[in-house]
Amino acid sequence: MELLANLGIGFSAALDPTNLLYCFVGVLLGTLVGVLPGIGPTATIAMLLPITFSFEPVTALIMLAGIYYGAQYGGSTTAILINLPGESSSAVTAIDGYEMAKQGRAGPALATAALGSFFAGTVATLILAVAAPPLARAALNFGAPEYFSLIVLGLLASIALAHGSVLKALAMIVLGLLLGMVGQDIYTGTPRFTFGFFELYSGINFVSVAVGVFGVAEILRNLEHETTRDVLVKKVENLWLTKDDFKRIIAPVLRGTALGSVLGILPGGGHVLSSFASYSFEKRISKHPETFGKGAIEGVAGPESANNAGAQTSFIPMLTLGIPAHPVMALMIGAFIIQGITPGPNVINDEPILFWGIIVSMWVGNLMLVLLNLPLIGLWVKLLTIPYKVLFPAIIAFACIGCYSINLNVFDVYAIVVFGFIGYLLVKLGCEPAPLLLGFVLGPLLEEHLRRAMIISRGDPMIFVERPISAVLLAFAVAAVVVAVLPSVRRKREEVFVEDD
Amino acid sequence: MGNQKSFNDIASGLIFIGIGIAFGYAASGYQIGTALRMGPGYFPLVLAGLMCILGIAIVVKGMARDAQPSEFGIVPWRGMVLLLGAIAFFGFTIRGLGLVPSLFVALLMASLASRRNTLASALVLATSITALCVAIFIYGLSVPIALFGPWLPL
Repeated sequence: MELLANLGIGFSAALDPTNLLYCFVGVLLGTLVGVLPGIGPTATIAMLLPITFSFEPVTALIMLAGIYYGAQYGGSTTAILINLPGESSSAVTAIDGYEMAKQGRAGPALATAALGSFFAGTVATLILAVAAPPLARAALNFGAPEYFSLIVLGLLASIALAHGSVLKALAMIVLGLLLGMVGQDIYTGTPRFTFGFFELYSGINFVSVAVGVFGVAEILRNLEHETTRDVLVKKVENLWLTKDDFKRIIAPVLRGTALGSVLGILPGGGHVLSSFASYSFEKRISKHPETFGKGAIEGVAGPESANNAGAQTSFIPMLTLGIPAHPVMALMIGAFIIQGITPGPNVINDEPILFWGIIVSMWVGNLMLVLLNLPLIGLWVKLLTIPYKVLFPAIIAFACIGCYSINLNVFDVYAIVVFGFIGYLLVKLGCEPAPLLLGFVLGPLLEEHLRRAMIISRGDPMIFVERPISAVLLAFAVAAVVVAVLPSVRRKREEVFVEDD
Repeated sequence: MGNQKSFNDIASGLIFIGIGIAFGYAASGYQIGTALRMGPGYFPLVLAGLMCILGIAIVVKGMARDAQPSEFGIVPWRGMVLLLGAIAFFGFTIRGLGLVPSLFVALLMASLASRRNTLASALVLATSITALCVAIFIYGLSVPIALFGPWLPL
């Protein structure tokens, strides 16, 4: 019954009028951004992060979480209506969803996505509420060696999901770690890699890195080939599902939810993986696999549920261990730190209102998404007609003001230019930006725990394999790399991510 | 595909090696310490070494015979210069000119980064987005940025 009491705390926080309002604003903004193609959730959250600084921590994090799962939802709308996924995890939805739209069944496709997502979100939120406390308790026993190994696992697991070369992904992680070293050394106060600039003493602003590498680089990519988008469906009618449709989606939704909940916990963006996994699974067990790719409703229901479930459970490692599963969670960690809270196993005990408030708000937010988005679909369709040439200057304006307003430091604005350029160059050369951002956020933590572990062990690196939990975590990390290099998995990854490009 | 070398692999590998050397050189200037008591230079030096090794491995892979041929593709030079220039301009002038003029000019430059915008449409965009941002950030969120700065004789 502890769970009920905890959820009670959560509900009273989430239903507080201010929090409810910002939860609403968050999901609305998130959907808006998710719907607009060409700007992903990472860049959006980075841009909107400064806005939340003046709020109470609970309110700020509820809103940011809302932006995140709102963007997931909005991305599927775009995928279905114009075959352009707003973000990577809805790329699979585009396959059958767009076909359905072409057949005049955009309404049922959108309804399936909404209902599947809501169901999956509800289940995954419950899993989060049940699984988080014991995990956080276990994590309290973690010492420096365990944390070090855990971070290594988180970083290496992220390459399994980066498409393309494993070597390049590794190099991007190391580059991120190195960039994370910039600033004053925690033990001695020595300024490192600051080139004498006082502004760099507190490190490179991570919002600038995220906006540059994800936002500006993406805009530059889009400027390479400027095309006009065609909105196929001008008006969406008949949003309800027939009895037959209903019967067809129940099993895929359940399977997608289970798959997504498990894979979402994995570091490195499990929710993207889970939607791909769900699609191929549904296709394999279907009695009519030939209908997939031609407008099979199961191909929308499964991946959409999986993706949303994964999005919710990816909060577990962040909330209980303070380790981000993907770049968006890395930004959430940044938000915690800016609010003066150290993310990790202590949050659940020290800040129960915050912890349970976020969890319950996710369920409330998902409910809002269903209630809001189906009636508002007409508005989203209109939004899709906004041309990119209007959008990207607005994105730049928000990014500049947002970054500057954090510390009123122009250095942070220049950093966007530098990281936008570097990010674009490296993306052009086939390197993925996500591992870089994870490395950047985790770099200082990794160094701190390494140095502490070495002091505990009197300089003996064997401590990492002698402590059982640490050894298991490192074994997983090695396994993640081995799996990623295995030829059979490589081929599968290439297949899976082909749609993503 | 035969003997084709991968430009992307070789170029990115060389960039990584360069970054590794630069960081390694800088890190060697800091106190290194021992494994037991690591100085500020220890961990960065290890990372820089790792970076160089990975860079070399990527170059070697790019030179290998079965390397996948790849293209760098086109670069939107005009867009890149205008877009990055716009952000730099904003950073350079935000304190002196204040939000309205600084953002307006930055937006004008950014809009022109797209070949689909004309001077007229860029002017419209810059005006409307500046107004929107002033409404959201200054009046909505009370961000402490001056609308017009000290460089202007107002």
